[in-house]
Amino acid sequence: MTSIRLVRDDLRPPGPPPRRHLLSIADLTRDDVQRLLDTARTFDSALDREVKKLPTLKGRLVVNLFYESSTRTSSSFELAAKRLSADTLTLKSAGSSVDKGESLKDTAQTLGAYDPDVIVIRHPQIGAPELVARVTDAHVVNAGDGKHQHPTQALLDLYTLRQELGELEGLHVAVVGDVLHSRVARSLLQAFELVGIRCTLVAPPALLPRGLRAEMTTDIEAIRDADVVYVLRMQEERMEAGANYVPSLREYAARWGITPDRLRPGQKVMHPGPMNRGVEIDPRVADSVDALVETQVRAGLVIRMAVLYDVLTGGPVGVRGLAAAEVA
Amino acid sequence: MLHAKHRNGEDIVIRGARVLDPVEQIDAMLDVRIDGGTVAAVGERLDTNAHRVVDATGLVLAPAFVDPHVHLRTPGREDEETIGSGTAAAAAGGYCAILAMPNTDPVLDSAATLGTLVETAGREAEVAVGFLAAITRGQRGEKLTEMAELADAGAVAFSDDGVPVASAGMMRRALQYASITGRKLALHCEERSLSHDGHVHEGTVAAELGLHGYPSVAESVMVERDLALAGYEGQPVHLLHLSSAESVAALRRARDEGLAASAEVTPHHLVLTEEAVRSLDPNVKMNPPLRSAEDRTALLAALKDGAIECIATDHAPHALHEKDVPFEAAPFGVTGLETAFAVLHTHLVRPGALPLSTLVERMSAGAARVYGLDRPRVAVGAAANLVLLDLDREWTVDARSFRSRSRNSWLLGERLTGAVAMTIARGAVAFEA
Repeated sequence: MTSIRLVRDDLRPPGPPPRRHLLSIADLTRDDVQRLLDTARTFDSALDREVKKLPTLKGRLVVNLFYESSTRTSSSFELAAKRLSADTLTLKSAGSSVDKGESLKDTAQTLGAYDPDVIVIRHPQIGAPELVARVTDAHVVNAGDGKHQHPTQALLDLYTLRQELGELEGLHVAVVGDVLHSRVARSLLQAFELVGIRCTLVAPPALLPRGLRAEMTTDIEAIRDADVVYVLRMQEERMEAGANYVPSLREYAARWGITPDRLRPGQKVMHPGPMNRGVEIDPRVADSVDALVETQVRAGLVIRMAVLYDVLTGGPVGVRGLAAAEVA
Repeated sequence: MLHAKHRNGEDIVIRGARVLDPVEQIDAMLDVRIDGGTVAAVGERLDTNAHRVVDATGLVLAPAFVDPHVHLRTPGREDEETIGSGTAAAAAGGYCAILAMPNTDPVLDSAATLGTLVETAGREAEVAVGFLAAITRGQRGEKLTEMAELADAGAVAFSDDGVPVASAGMMRRALQYASITGRKLALHCEERSLSHDGHVHEGTVAAELGLHGYPSVAESVMVERDLALAGYEGQPVHLLHLSSAESVAALRRARDEGLAASAEVTPHHLVLTEEAVRSLDPNVKMNPPLRSAEDRTALLAALKDGAIECIATDHAPHALHEKDVPFEAAPFGVTGLETAFAVLHTHLVRPGALPLSTLVERMSAGAARVYGLDRPRVAVGAAANLVLLDLDREWTVDARSFRSRSRNSWLLGERLTGAVAMTIARGAVAFEA
């Protein structure tokens, strides 16, 4: 994360080092990804101990600002901060001044007055994390903005792939489903390119983004060649009424749903959750031993620990670093 | 049809400028004498009499600019712009005349509303301003405005800018009825069932960022429809803010077939492409959106050869708090009056992509021709509507220096070369750097 995007830092007086944000996978280099995966790995081994809390970020404040519903991402960011001993403050749009029509800028500046070290933001609108980075002094981590980016999801998926399949370079992943509305697909595509994973996007015609530079097909048979099938959720909440992306979910399930007979024996399946069982994924697939969904959730915790650690300290956590932290 | 506050014509001698009027075919080092606001002499070593002498050595003197497409936000959003502030911004940009669009609140769709605007312009306007009236009442696309009365009250033309006329039948009726007024229809071409929810051009950048796309075909399909209807009715039309290569091709075909179709293009579509959207800066969000490099090339070629006759800023002021939101939530539109010449000079003329004389023609005579207005010119007997340009001056765009009430410029902090040194409008100095 050395060349993290600097947002209007040139307008600030000289002094503190540039803030490190994680707004998009596009901000990362291959080395950054490698370092984050290694850091997560170190934390992973620490989580096997009886006492799982590390004092690493003691005294730091992590604010979680969630404008969209979330189970996995919000709980894992909160737990990640707590496992690293940071103070956390979680704000959901429902029940806050957002209900009273407060603008994102005002809410961000209000929370900014508590001098948070990190603001983690999820928002339905593209560009919201950029705005928070512009109007506060905190390090900003994008926990999903509209259809744009979900960088920690892509990182945890890389982590999962490395745990399960070893070497990343040369792998082939088929990403199937509602690519058009998927921030996960966009983040994955960039992350896969960074580490040398071949990616094939499979979707109905109207759900393949026009102009995207990627291998794209409407033919579900294309998943056969892949090492891993990554299933996307049909995001009905992001589809405008009457848009007719597909004639019906029934027809979608019949044509593009991931069923046991569409998979090779032992072919791994991933899904970012929440799943629509019976739509994009057959329940028999979702519950099979080849589905890596729970591995992904656990990876989410350690990756978010690594990201918080990385934006705040600017470096990898080595064995020595961890030992010193434990002494402290 | 144009209105401004009264100013006494001034006596000025401009000395030693490079006088450039492409239509009058003048490009020479000359003096220009203005007597009581009228150009009285153009020649070498003119007497100064008791006139104010402006030393214009090293500067270019050209016909002042005419902007055919400005949003003055009055009535309704005077916090964003007023006739006074918008025309002051125009003066600072070298304009002697601007045309305001009717998508205000309330919409300019009655002679009564037009009357109050004309009255305000007579008190406040720093340079001449003309008003377009709506094609349909409330721009709702359901019922024609009383075009004859509006034309009598001074409407320059008719437009539902910002809201396309969705129904082809309604567009046909508008073309038929407008013919009795002698005023043109100025059309915002957008097929909403293709563009709706779209924030940026449907292309690689939108696909990568996840922004809902607003495809080129959403514009060109409507351009084709409106040109077909205009051809069928034998009526002239003006196409607002073209953005795509397909639209340019359709315009060329119609003009080749003899249709009286004209078009305008904005500075941002001539300089930027969809790549600018990667910044997610709400100040590069506009309608129509920034398009591909190929589209930009087609627009520039059409501007150069005259298929596109004029440059329009589509100056669209927005309150700071409305633009200081996530990209996706931001309204469309950017300001442009105070930077148009400088940015086009910097990015098109200096690199050799567009001759200075063509830029001057498209910023001045072009729009006047489209709407049948008096053409600003350097000619004895003409009212002095002139701009002095300092082509070498470098400056940084700073919101604090804007005369506009809004600061949603896509050029904040940019370094530009070329500046307006003085604007003379209707025979009086309206701006001086």
